[in-house]
Amino acid sequence: MLRLFAVFNARIFFQKGRILLSVAAIALGVALGFAVHLINRAAVNELAAGVRTLAGEADLEVRGGRSGFPEQLYAQLARLPGVAVASPVLEVEAGILGGTRTIRLIGVDPLRAGLMQPVLFADAPDRRLELLRPDVVLLSAAAAEVLGKGTIEKLSVVSALAAVDLDVVGVLPASSLRGVAALTDISTAQWRLGRLGELNRVDLRLEPGIDREAMQRTIAELLPPGTYVSSLDAVEESGANLSRAYRVNLNVLALVALFTGGFLVFSAQALEVARRRQEHALLRVLGLERGGVMRLVLVEASALGLLGGVLGIALGYGIAVAAASAGGADLGAGFFRGIAPQVEFPVAGSVAFLLGGIAVALAGALLPALDAARAAPAQALKAGDEQRMFGRVVTVWPGVLCIFLALALLPLKPLHGIPVAGYAAIALLLLGGIFLMPLVSELTLGKIKTNRNIPCTLALSQLRGAPGQAMVSLAAIVASFSLMVAMAIMVASFRSSVDDWLGAVLPAELYFRTTHAGETAWLDPALEAQVRALPQVERAVFLRSTRITLDPARPAVALIARDGAGQHFPLVGKSYQRKSDDPPAAWISEAVADIYGFAVGSRMEVPISGKKQSFVVAGIWRDYARQHGAIMVERSTYAALSGDRRANDAALWLKPGASVAAATQALRALPGGGLLEISGPGEIRSASLAIFDRSFAVTYALEAVAVIVGLFGLSSSVGAIVLARRREFGVLRHLGMTRRQIGAMLAAEGGLLAVLGVAAGLVLGGAISLILIHVVNRQSFNWSMDLHPPFGLLLGLSLLLIILSSFTAFLSGREATGIGPVRAVREDW
Amino acid sequence: MNRRRFLAAGLAFPIVTPGHRFDFPRDHGAHQDYRQEWWYVTGWLKTARGEDLGFQVTFFRTRPALENSNPSTFTPRQVILAHAALSEPRHGRLRHDERAARTALGLAGSREGTTKVWVDDWSLELGADGYETRIRARDFTLELKFDSKSAPTLQGQSGFSRKGNGPGEASYYYSRPQLAVRGTANGQPVTGTAWLDHEWSSQYMAAGATGWDWCGINLDDGGALMAFRMRDKESKTAFAPPGVSFEVLREWKSPRTGTNYPVAMMVNNELRLEPLMDDQELDARASTGTIYWEGAVRAFRGDRQVGRGYLELTGYWRPMKL
Repeated sequence: MLRLFAVFNARIFFQKGRILLSVAAIALGVALGFAVHLINRAAVNELAAGVRTLAGEADLEVRGGRSGFPEQLYAQLARLPGVAVASPVLEVEAGILGGTRTIRLIGVDPLRAGLMQPVLFADAPDRRLELLRPDVVLLSAAAAEVLGKGTIEKLSVVSALAAVDLDVVGVLPASSLRGVAALTDISTAQWRLGRLGELNRVDLRLEPGIDREAMQRTIAELLPPGTYVSSLDAVEESGANLSRAYRVNLNVLALVALFTGGFLVFSAQALEVARRRQEHALLRVLGLERGGVMRLVLVEASALGLLGGVLGIALGYGIAVAAASAGGADLGAGFFRGIAPQVEFPVAGSVAFLLGGIAVALAGALLPALDAARAAPAQALKAGDEQRMFGRVVTVWPGVLCIFLALALLPLKPLHGIPVAGYAAIALLLLGGIFLMPLVSELTLGKIKTNRNIPCTLALSQLRGAPGQAMVSLAAIVASFSLMVAMAIMVASFRSSVDDWLGAVLPAELYFRTTHAGETAWLDPALEAQVRALPQVERAVFLRSTRITLDPARPAVALIARDGAGQHFPLVGKSYQRKSDDPPAAWISEAVADIYGFAVGSRMEVPISGKKQSFVVAGIWRDYARQHGAIMVERSTYAALSGDRRANDAALWLKPGASVAAATQALRALPGGGLLEISGPGEIRSASLAIFDRSFAVTYALEAVAVIVGLFGLSSSVGAIVLARRREFGVLRHLGMTRRQIGAMLAAEGGLLAVLGVAAGLVLGGAISLILIHVVNRQSFNWSMDLHPPFGLLLGLSLLLIILSSFTAFLSGREATGIGPVRAVREDW
Repeated sequence: MNRRRFLAAGLAFPIVTPGHRFDFPRDHGAHQDYRQEWWYVTGWLKTARGEDLGFQVTFFRTRPALENSNPSTFTPRQVILAHAALSEPRHGRLRHDERAARTALGLAGSREGTTKVWVDDWSLELGADGYETRIRARDFTLELKFDSKSAPTLQGQSGFSRKGNGPGEASYYYSRPQLAVRGTANGQPVTGTAWLDHEWSSQYMAAGATGWDWCGINLDDGGALMAFRMRDKESKTAFAPPGVSFEVLREWKSPRTGTNYPVAMMVNNELRLEPLMDDQELDARASTGTIYWEGAVRAFRGDRQVGRGYLELTGYWRPMKL
């Protein structure tokens, strides 16, 4: 081993540049993966800690949907034998007046909550009694910071279409209440938010020795439909589930950089092994075993992996800490908004990423190591033998096998909501494609007729003669370019599908809503009548949205009650003609259809106001706005079933000749009109697309890094191949070729190689994008989308890659031929 | 800001004045307009094995000084608090627990007309054959019945008990000493003698008062002695009924709070009170927000034990706020 290291150390100083590049690629891949992992982990931990602080010593939690349950249920639960403490809660996301921010307003009975969550009042027990006063709140530390530290005396939130002023009587330490939240008395919450008689949560602590599961079953039988009892562990877990698909996707994306880094290691090591063929042969002759050569290469690679991994862990930690302190834990999708997490350094996680870096380096070096070991020492000692290595076409079957496996994985179902099979299929497709590259290049290059242009002919025959070399230098290019193409196609398809969808769901001329944040604002029927009576308004469609729970282990689903529910939204697939004996119609979003397994024409039960109501699924619609699903029903049906005649949003069609400005002015003049948010479809559309772009910003950034790593790979491998052929150029010079002609030959070679890589990347990337669209995205987010390849962007990227490749080859050629033909040939000895 | 709201609230609490004519059983019940009210039962129990135990069961009713037009069921118009404690020398320190709840949805409440006050599964009730209390605390249970044959003893001037020199600084107050107790403590049968106080007021403490000392002693000869004084922040007597005096004989320092309590006292220069055990400190921060000492005591005249009862020491940890 020691001897191996001595040899290795000598090499390190020799080929610094390429080693640095491999190390950098691995470091970058590990860093991105580790940083994303750390930030997500911190956010999820923070979320769970929030649940835990709020739940305190509760064993079970009874939760209703957004509309909650009658308060009598609390008394019933409190009286159950075996229940030690029951603490009633009315918790809502309240819109803060004059902005788009929200605050979690938690109405509690401080006398009960003090028993359940001693930490709430740990520092000042008197606050419990202070909180009994009407219209007062205690802010969380995070809320005080957001609202303006020290200066805040009042918290104004929007309820219905009016402001409610609450006196701030104190700030709770971060250890008592997490997130942007405020604590108030349950009576204040019920009255001021128009929720008299309602609660939406009861925390329960059981007496010691009570069987929790038996108790859970007993309680479940008491609960109205739509209200569920769950253990605290389950509540914590469902909080993490909410964002899991998103987090996994981001992690995978971050690992793409590492994956491309692996191909870079492969290219670098393959060329290195070729360059050092004689050296390895010499070691063999001097007594090193066949396995020894292989170990030598692998030890070198794992050292690169280790170095890259350590650097990557340090860099990743730095990125995570910087990102968390700069922008919080939200990486764009809004799951972790308002969370200020503490980034920890997990030992197990960092070891895993370190090992990942080493594994990638080893995997990249495996084939070159095998090759090095396989060479016969006597042959390899001869000059020019390294070309033999590239002359052998690698067998076709591994590639075919990979592609078959990939296809076989596609129909598989997601594992715990994660499209594991989809990701594996993408990796296999990529590998298979790269394995098949030599064959593809042979077939393609064989078809090209040689002409009288000497540099071109030479370039062609070089590529034909060494298909293995083509595979080596193409691996990194094809890997990174096809992923780039796939992501570009997927994101473009997604974006234009969202754009089309926005067009379809925004048919009216004017929209208005209560404050667009929070759950506390609504439009009352009186206002609705006034709006309909406005002289400018031809037709108005009102919409009420609420949230219901269909399955306690899953996030709540939006229930949307709309005037004319069947019209004006993008149905996918066939629709069902309701028969006369059918229950009322419901239109479900793709997520509801996928997650809960409803099909068009099937019956479903929806909990509305504590009763199970039957609906027939009349159609499935596309909804990019609510990831956890939405159910749309006719508003009159909903109002009859629930008695809820409030609304949240409205769409207006104006009378001919009425201007948008005049209608806006008329709306503003209505009582409470000042609190309405009024916008045209154009504004909503651009705001929505801006949100879309923001949530993909991290995706773009990670993708860009993968591309840069791929480009590094391209230039480094082209450069290395060219430098390795200095003797050949010397011979060509002796045969009368000029440096310019050699340069042209190399540029042609580089160009041809890049054309091949680009073509393969486009095909592979196209196939991967289909997997991303139809498997990964569908299974992760339950969104379908139409294919919209960004042809212009793809063409530009392709050209860029081809030009860059030719140019690198040309530049390397100039350098390689700079030493003069005589010296170049002399190296042959 | 807070203060103005309080003043503007203008809740009318009835003022305690002399000359109230007590009317039982109506006055056993709650007087919900008054700011505070309590039913306070303390006593000594004997187990079948002959061990002495002290117990305390207290229900407080308070009407927060908050004007509130909120129609919510949860609006805190009345709050019921309860403390219960069991002194067992073998255990070394007081076992105690507490409850607090607003009177919403019937989970806590008090009745007018007769004694009935409850919070969750803790209750005190006056029935045809006496009082009955049920306490299920964290680490003990009490189920006790109290015989109420003797007539209530009106304290002060016919039940008007002055607590300070200002107008209204007083309470309506009667006691029921020498109640015969039977029932169970922790499921074990017990018998004993108890003392019940029922007191209601709108201004219990004078402005300068920080706490009080109180004792209620069932004398072995069938008599009873109740004494109290209000203290100021120098721990001097701020107010005491004529002839009442407390003299500190011995202090005990709580290892938990560092508070010094005068656990042995000479009352009215005639009765020496010695605690059943020193550590009878009660942490009621989760309900009434205070920590006080409330303990079973023996009463001696000279060296001879002449009675047993309870001593209450409030405002030693921090000034008492009601």
